Amino acid sequence: MIPVEFYVVLSTLLFFIGVYGFIARKNLIGMLMAIELVLNAVNINFVAFNRYLFPGQLEGYLYSLFVIVVAAAETAVAIAIIINVYRKMGNETVDSIKELKN
Amino acid sequence: MDLTTILSPIAPLVLLMPFLMFLFLGLLGYKMSGKVAGIFGTAGFTVVAAICYYIAGKYFLGGGYDAASGSFQQFTLFNMDWLQMSTAHPGLFIRIGFLLDPISAMMLVVISTVSLMVHLYSFGYMFEDGKYDEGMQRYYCVLSLFSFAMLGLVIATNIFQMYIFWELVGVSSFLLIGYYYKRPAAVSACKKAFIVTRFADMFFLIGILIVSYYTKAFDFDSLIGTGANVGNGLIHTKMAGLTFMGCSVTSIAMLFIFLGGAGKSAMFPFHIWLPDAMEGPTPSSALIHAATMVVAGVYLVARLFPVYSMDAPDVLTFIAYLGAFTSLFAAVIACAQTDIKRVLAFSTISQIAYMMVALGVARYGADQLGFTASMWHLFTHAMFKALLFLCAGAIIHCIGSNEMGKMGGLHKYQPITHITFLIACLAISGIPPFSGFFSKDEILAAAFESNKLIWFCETFVAGLTAFYMFRLYYHIFWYEDPDYGEHKPHDAHWTMTVPLIVLAAYTCICGFFPFGHLVTASHTFIEIHTEPLIAGISICTAILGIAIATILYRKKNSIPDAIIAKSKLFCNAAYHRFYIDECWYFITRRIIFGILCAFIAWFDRHIIDGFMNLLGWITNKSSLETREIQSGNVQEYVWVFIMGVITIAALALYL
Repeated sequence: MIPVEFYVVLSTLLFFIGVYGFIARKNLIGMLMAIELVLNAVNINFVAFNRYLFPGQLEGYLYSLFVIVVAAAETAVAIAIIINVYRKMGNETVDSIKELKN
Repeated sequence: MDLTTILSPIAPLVLLMPFLMFLFLGLLGYKMSGKVAGIFGTAGFTVVAAICYYIAGKYFLGGGYDAASGSFQQFTLFNMDWLQMSTAHPGLFIRIGFLLDPISAMMLVVISTVSLMVHLYSFGYMFEDGKYDEGMQRYYCVLSLFSFAMLGLVIATNIFQMYIFWELVGVSSFLLIGYYYKRPAAVSACKKAFIVTRFADMFFLIGILIVSYYTKAFDFDSLIGTGANVGNGLIHTKMAGLTFMGCSVTSIAMLFIFLGGAGKSAMFPFHIWLPDAMEGPTPSSALIHAATMVVAGVYLVARLFPVYSMDAPDVLTFIAYLGAFTSLFAAVIACAQTDIKRVLAFSTISQIAYMMVALGVARYGADQLGFTASMWHLFTHAMFKALLFLCAGAIIHCIGSNEMGKMGGLHKYQPITHITFLIACLAISGIPPFSGFFSKDEILAAAFESNKLIWFCETFVAGLTAFYMFRLYYHIFWYEDPDYGEHKPHDAHWTMTVPLIVLAAYTCICGFFPFGHLVTASHTFIEIHTEPLIAGISICTAILGIAIATILYRKKNSIPDAIIAKSKLFCNAAYHRFYIDECWYFITRRIIFGILCAFIAWFDRHIIDGFMNLLGWITNKSSLETREIQSGNVQEYVWVFIMGVITIAALALYL
């Protein structure tokens, strides 16, 4: 069996790649993908620790399913917003959204 | 049946009705037309007047007199708790109550009569050029407030209730003087009236505080004492013998209280507000600045009369001299004024000073004639002076000016106004059988008994009064016709003439009321008889005054101008009211504002304002400096957030 540390290292890497992507990317779609990475890192943690700590129970799996559903919904909303931003501004970088400010 | 049980159920209405009418007209008045508001106000007050007459009638004609002790009893019809000042001293309890005794019952009659007449009269007065004045709802609303306040003042059971209503009266007077708020003169007059009376009221409050500090009580019963103990109340027992800087504390306190009264009653040197108060609508001048509010000071002294008489007779002597001086001073000024309302205003000052003189020369016990005379003169004066003002209002209403020069020959055009004005003039001049003669004669008799100098002064003032009143009368009704143009003047609407006739009737009959059997300081009967010598001298003086006025002003001639030319300096000074207003302006503007307040203003502007400005500057600067943090860049926020989470996690792990 693959030791649990491997999963933890993987999810940590995935999490920080996601955070880095969110901070560094200017493209809204890129930022959205980075958020997906962060959520997936969380999912891996859920699944791995459920298997490691409470084998035979299902709560961790269920939670990861929840996260996936919520993430899908969130993506749908975010994409809709991004499309509107693109129509209004002509591009889809995060710095172009200045209308709400001031 | 006991009087208290009969009257208690209706007594609260005396206060409640005008107050509710004030609220009703004040809150909903804008939803109705001026006429409807006026009808409501007048109808409401008619009920109040009926109740007042009922109470006073029951008191004087029935249940008030106790045959066993031979004196009028004092009743407290109700006494509601309102505000407790201290649990340690139960006497320091502010209550709102109804004290019924001869003077308050008499005042109920005076206030309700004059106020009802004014309510009715205002209908006609506010109707001009085919429409009602646009502020009529406000006018009737404030009139109700005034009636409420004045009734509350006279029925006060304790000195603090009196003070509360005293201030309410001042406020409503302010509102009515400033009724025509678009006229700058009215605005400055109402401010002046409010500030001057408020300044005097400060002394009243100080007096109340001194008295209540020593006696720990507010209510008149325990301050003065009741029944056989009158004059033996807490002021006498707790404050006797106390001195402050060589003066008796009682005298100081009572002097301060009197000064409050002097402000409302326009005694010298606080009289300056009353002539200016004539900027208000004439009916309200008749009610407030002639008949009721201005006698509040007299009423205050009368209410505390036993204390003044027994514990502070020196103050009473001071009141007598101040009153004598004020009456002379105001009468001289009245001779030189040309605005008819100003003449009446100075005449009011002079007549109120008469009442003060009468109180000042009276003493509780054997020499109490002056007290009765003062109250009697208060009653008769209220009727004939309200009548004079309402006549003046009728004249002003049809001429459109206050100046004597614009009037003349009106006896042809306004017969009702003419006759009623003449009756009032004869009454104020002290010609029998009109009411003013009787009351004035008693004042002169009381002064003669006590102080010949004051008596002489007051007799001279009586002559002056006759002179300036008939100067006014001839100038308005005879003299010569100015050019009235197309529209000849005519008598006013019935709502205005009916009050004139009613008040004229009062003026004719109220000299025959047996006042000595109704209103006395000790509540017992005293005998009043007309002293032939004193009455003869005063009638002769009055006739002399009228004769001089007839010679000078019956028809246009050159004698008055010649007299004025000869004594130009004096006439000018009298016309300018002896420059007392200017003296006050000098004191307030130059000395108080210019010198004393300069330092305070500097401190305020530089230290107080400077500190506040510093605080504002610091906030402004710091926010300018830190606002860069709030960039609006979401990626920066995430960066800070992540770093924060990591820091907290690290701290949680390793600490």
